Amino acid sequence: MEFFFEVLIGGLLAGVMYSLVAIGFVLIYKASGVFNFAQGAMVLFAALTFVSLLERGVPFWLAFLITLTTMVALALLIERAVLRPLVNLSPITLFMATLGLSYMIEGFAQALWGAQVHGLELGISDEPLEVGGMLLSQFDLFAAGTAAALVALLALLFNKTRIGLSLRAVADDPLAALAVGIRLQRIWAVVWAVAGFVGLVAGLLWGARLGVQFSLSLVVLKALPVLIIGGFTSIGGAIAGGLIVGAAEKLAEVYLGPFVGGGIENWFPYVLAMLFLLVRPAGLFGERAIERV
Amino acid sequence: MFKRSFVSSLALAISLGTTALTAHAEGEQYFPLQSYRVGPYAAGGTGFFGGFIDYLKYVNANGGVNGVKLTWSECETEYVVEKGVECYERLKGGVNGAPAAATNPLSVGIAYATLDRSTADKLPLITINHGRTDSTDGSVFPYAFPLQLNPYSEVSAIINYIGQQAGGLDKLKGQKIVTLYHGSPYGKETNEVLKTLADKYGFALSLVEVPHPGNEQQSQWLNIRRDKPDWVILRGWGVMNPVALKTAQKVGFPANRIIGNIWSNSEEDAAPAGAAAKGFIAITTHPSGTAFPVLQGIKQEVVDKGQGDLADPKRFGTVYYNLGVVNGILNVEAVRIAQEKFGKQPLTGEQVRWGFENLKLDDARLAALGAKGLVQPLKLSCSDHEGGGAVRFQQWDGEKWNLISDWVQADRALLRPIIEASSHKYAAEKGITPRDCAKEA
Repeated sequence: MEFFFEVLIGGLLAGVMYSLVAIGFVLIYKASGVFNFAQGAMVLFAALTFVSLLERGVPFWLAFLITLTTMVALALLIERAVLRPLVNLSPITLFMATLGLSYMIEGFAQALWGAQVHGLELGISDEPLEVGGMLLSQFDLFAAGTAAALVALLALLFNKTRIGLSLRAVADDPLAALAVGIRLQRIWAVVWAVAGFVGLVAGLLWGARLGVQFSLSLVVLKALPVLIIGGFTSIGGAIAGGLIVGAAEKLAEVYLGPFVGGGIENWFPYVLAMLFLLVRPAGLFGERAIERV
Repeated sequence: MFKRSFVSSLALAISLGTTALTAHAEGEQYFPLQSYRVGPYAAGGTGFFGGFIDYLKYVNANGGVNGVKLTWSECETEYVVEKGVECYERLKGGVNGAPAAATNPLSVGIAYATLDRSTADKLPLITINHGRTDSTDGSVFPYAFPLQLNPYSEVSAIINYIGQQAGGLDKLKGQKIVTLYHGSPYGKETNEVLKTLADKYGFALSLVEVPHPGNEQQSQWLNIRRDKPDWVILRGWGVMNPVALKTAQKVGFPANRIIGNIWSNSEEDAAPAGAAAKGFIAITTHPSGTAFPVLQGIKQEVVDKGQGDLADPKRFGTVYYNLGVVNGILNVEAVRIAQEKFGKQPLTGEQVRWGFENLKLDDARLAALGAKGLVQPLKLSCSDHEGGGAVRFQQWDGEKWNLISDWVQADRALLRPIIEASSHKYAAEKGITPRDCAKEA
């Protein structure tokens, strides 16, 4: 039983890491209805920029600030150069634009900073912590705390500030928001900038775990089932979805894997997501689209 | 350095998918390079092709191969099989009258996809330290060369090393060994031969798969910790390697009981894992370091003159770079040996193949090349396209690799019948009549 709980808790903590990436998707989808496939590339770009600055002797917090500024600048550029000209086009057009954007950012990141793999130490020990006979990762506990702080920060931003109110108005009804004078482009720019910040936080934590390398952009593949299960429009849903995916894939790998040859944790979350789609298409916390016909 | 790196990288990105041509002329020997400098595996590609190109430049700086200058051009594959095949087709005919010597894609996928084409085009396909194990049998695969180390030799040598540590192969009985492998054809290639070795020596074997790309391994390592194995063989690739080391630390499994295979042995595999990698052991056929005379020669005549291929000079002498240098040495030596038979002139792929099949590098020749200790003694033949089958073991001290063993030989006599069974099966499926190597000898 102890082993079961160790797998379960390890899975829940891993799920928090998936949620960190999924939150970036939710922010942009909520504000603009765009599924931003470039979120993974933004995670890679942020981490690569940060670690490259560190390696050139820039102090930690200054590197963080410069990277954050770069991510905001990138967000503004994307809004101005890509989204604004495509406004009013179909969601699939915008999705394809972010797909192209993803490849452009990945290529640019490697052209700018090189293809080398970098180690990233955040000063958090990953020696296991023994709790009740179970070994827990200190780093994963730190990541979970960071995710909780991030969610609290975003909740403050969206519920207690004017820009947050505008964002919620746009998310509820873009046309009505436009009618009362909310500038859609400004909201998009802010949301992309916040997504850039989330990408930076996710990039640092994932980078510390995997090493900063190209495969960071592949973490989006872990975020997709999280979004389907949690819903595309809810930050709380991204957290819940992450926890479900993390726990389910680990338990499946350990207890079902041996019966089907192992190596199932990549596709098992997608099976789970398919089941959710059949039963609850909008996800656990997603908004149901109700249209008058 | 940043500016230089950025400008060169940007130029590379702009020319992505196009061929970067150097000046070619008739009378030169051409090497088509299906390289990858962008994409997920660019760290390996830039290191390997950097070392390969720098060695070719070094040879040219010393007059070429018996006066024949070497030339090359690159075609970006991004490690994508379709692009690799496209590059092969574009470059196989040579350039401006300079004939192609051999292809070196450094990719199992591209090698598989161009295997039949290489035979049809009579152009050697070099898969140093990787590729199909059964292509060791040159009677069936005349143009494929898994030089130095095929995957079966790799695991056999690792088991022999574990036996040495236990005090003899007979002491393996009762030991528990886990192989943590990448969920791909590459990762699974050695599973069957490991089972054969487990049966022969009596150790308990567990095969644990990590799905591609391997950025999450918590459940696999929890299982490993529960099994309490004596050793874990890490058959990883890319991001799977540092994640394995970090997760091992997370569950309290010691790094000095993990042995990395040939694609888990670079600085890029260990360094990103930070302190978790300290003590990690891996095999190598080509130690890192810059003290070898050939490396010093490259430094003086290429790198110090600002002509080195690496964007980041700190990577000079790293594992991937040195593998590229070793690959360069073997290619150039094959050309040199073929010239003894066919004349001191640019040679066709078919003639260079003869050079590979008659490649013989003993200690004296390796010393003359400044590569003693960097390259193992090799002797290839019509029937043996591998030639070596030995590895050394190195240990990561947190900063760099240190050698901890001499050459450990694979049990090639045990492996040969398994290899021949597979190659003959392939020959039957493809309708190939194996060459009679006894006659060719």
